[in-house]
Amino acid sequence: MGDKEFIKISNVSKNFDEVTAVDNVSVNIAKGEFFSLLGPSGCGKTTLLRILAGFEYPSKGFVSIDNSDVTDIPANLRPTNMVFQNYAIFPHINVKRNIEFGLRKEKISSEEMNQRVNDALKMVKLEGYENRFSNQLSGGQRQRIALARALVKRPKVLLLDEPLGALDKKLREEMQIELRNLQRSVGITFVFVTHDQEEAMTMSDRVAVMNQGKILQVSPPKELYDFPENLFVGDFIGDINLLESQISSINGKKVKVLINALGEYELDSHTVITQNDNVVTGIRPKSISISSNETNQSDIQVKGKITNTSFYGNLTYVYVSVEGIEKPLMLSTAESLQGLSVNSDCYLTISLKDIRIIKKN
Amino acid sequence: MYKKNNTLLIYSIIYFAFLYIPVMLLPIFSFNDAIHMVFPLKGFTFKWYDQMIHSSRLHKALMNSIKVGLVASIFSTFIALLAAKAFTRYKVKFHQLSYGAILLPFVIPEIIIAVALIVLWTGMGLQLGLIPVTIAHILFCTPFCLLILISRMEGFDKNLEEAAMDLGENAWGTFWRVTFPLVLPAVIASLLLSFVISFDEFILAFFLSSSDQTLPMYMWGQMRFPKKLPHVLALGAVIIVVTSLIVIISYWLRNIGNPSSKKNNIGGI
Repeated sequence: MGDKEFIKISNVSKNFDEVTAVDNVSVNIAKGEFFSLLGPSGCGKTTLLRILAGFEYPSKGFVSIDNSDVTDIPANLRPTNMVFQNYAIFPHINVKRNIEFGLRKEKISSEEMNQRVNDALKMVKLEGYENRFSNQLSGGQRQRIALARALVKRPKVLLLDEPLGALDKKLREEMQIELRNLQRSVGITFVFVTHDQEEAMTMSDRVAVMNQGKILQVSPPKELYDFPENLFVGDFIGDINLLESQISSINGKKVKVLINALGEYELDSHTVITQNDNVVTGIRPKSISISSNETNQSDIQVKGKITNTSFYGNLTYVYVSVEGIEKPLMLSTAESLQGLSVNSDCYLTISLKDIRIIKKN
Repeated sequence: MYKKNNTLLIYSIIYFAFLYIPVMLLPIFSFNDAIHMVFPLKGFTFKWYDQMIHSSRLHKALMNSIKVGLVASIFSTFIALLAAKAFTRYKVKFHQLSYGAILLPFVIPEIIIAVALIVLWTGMGLQLGLIPVTIAHILFCTPFCLLILISRMEGFDKNLEEAAMDLGENAWGTFWRVTFPLVLPAVIASLLLSFVISFDEFILAFFLSSSDQTLPMYMWGQMRFPKKLPHVLALGAVIIVVTSLIVIISYWLRNIGNPSSKKNNIGGI
């Protein structure tokens, strides 16, 4: 991966009149990384991307790319290119001229220009489309042309603003894989903005989860799922059962927690937790197993009653109400339920290593 | 299914008849071999056209009108283009106020503008003539041009301009390579409309032109002599034909320049 601080965002804030869109964000992105900014709409992810592109200037802080400060450099002089949400293909010129658009500014021979345009079209598998116009292309094709137009400039960083949002589900999944493969083969740093957690999880090397202008956690996808550091991240990424809890005592990494309706347990903490933190404990649905009778192999066992089941092909989701817990616990299983059905009594087993202590803020 | 509604059809026919029958009388009487505009028609003749072609005062007035119209339409379109860009792309101070100020000549009676300008112009000790007429026409045409251009500027995707910047173009290059081609149909429409407005404008020209007559003033002047009327009709007929041609050509040009109007629209936005 090389340079770990290829893109360096330091203490960047952006205010629009009274609204703080980006609030003191610092993050480093490595060279060649596929980095995603994930968050609900209005969380500031697009503003941060536009700051990287040079369309917005930060109110505070600075941005550097490849060891040079670009904070005050306008978009046209930055080593970045962008794929817009609606692709922004110029409607008055054909595909070839669209792709050439940015090369016209570079002093290169017409042979080299043609060569690069052809290579770019080949890369996005749209050879032979040179003379088409934007309105003669499908959504997926426009998306590829936008990619080709940006990549033909050989940017140091490619910025993508929800580029798959307008495509239908099947095409979107295809493009996710294609985009990921493309990024690996060209080796350019990608910064990808999305509100779709599944998309961010399947494509990225690392994901930054944003909310209300702040970055809450930056982790590889699996870590984000397995070790969410706060309530927003845990709740935003995948399904999770959250239980009210209180810290009893802390001894290094071992934290004693009183979990609502389950009792007091000593758990490993994965983030820095202090005595005064408000916490919940979280358990992913896949970490709870269900059986019709008691077993004594596991750390925690509770009795409950099935309130609902839903079948999703390879997985079945089961909702179990447990005395003392307000919301039914949700669990997923790949096995058949062996005689268990709605209203059956059942036993849930949870292993201590699967319980996470999550800060409320 | 609805029953065909004949009332609407009849209404449309009456509407178009009301609009165009008076206009159609001009070409008809321009070929009529009589001085007075009364039915029945006498005989067919080209002599009014011949008279029109050989009137040197008419030629001079026509050239004056064309000169004023060209200069006024180019300047007012250019001013309106810059203003439209500012109003739609930048944060303009006193936005509403300055927008209103540009559009004001719309609602001020022309004769007031004419009187104001003649007082100002002669007060400064300058000679009346085609120059003040042209300036007055620029003032008068700019609001029309601004309305045409602003609606087009608002209508197109601002991301396109950002994409151009992102691909390395500066503000000037972005304007000429992206913005201008995309608003070109509106620019042509603005040029044509302001030319036509200037071409048939009478009051401002009447006050400010002194002895340099424009075409409408010439026509008005000829109305006083019954013998001169028929060749004004011939002139009117020619103007109708030329204006219709301009409109048809501009419509055709717009379709050529705009690929989205083609039929083979696959994805479509």
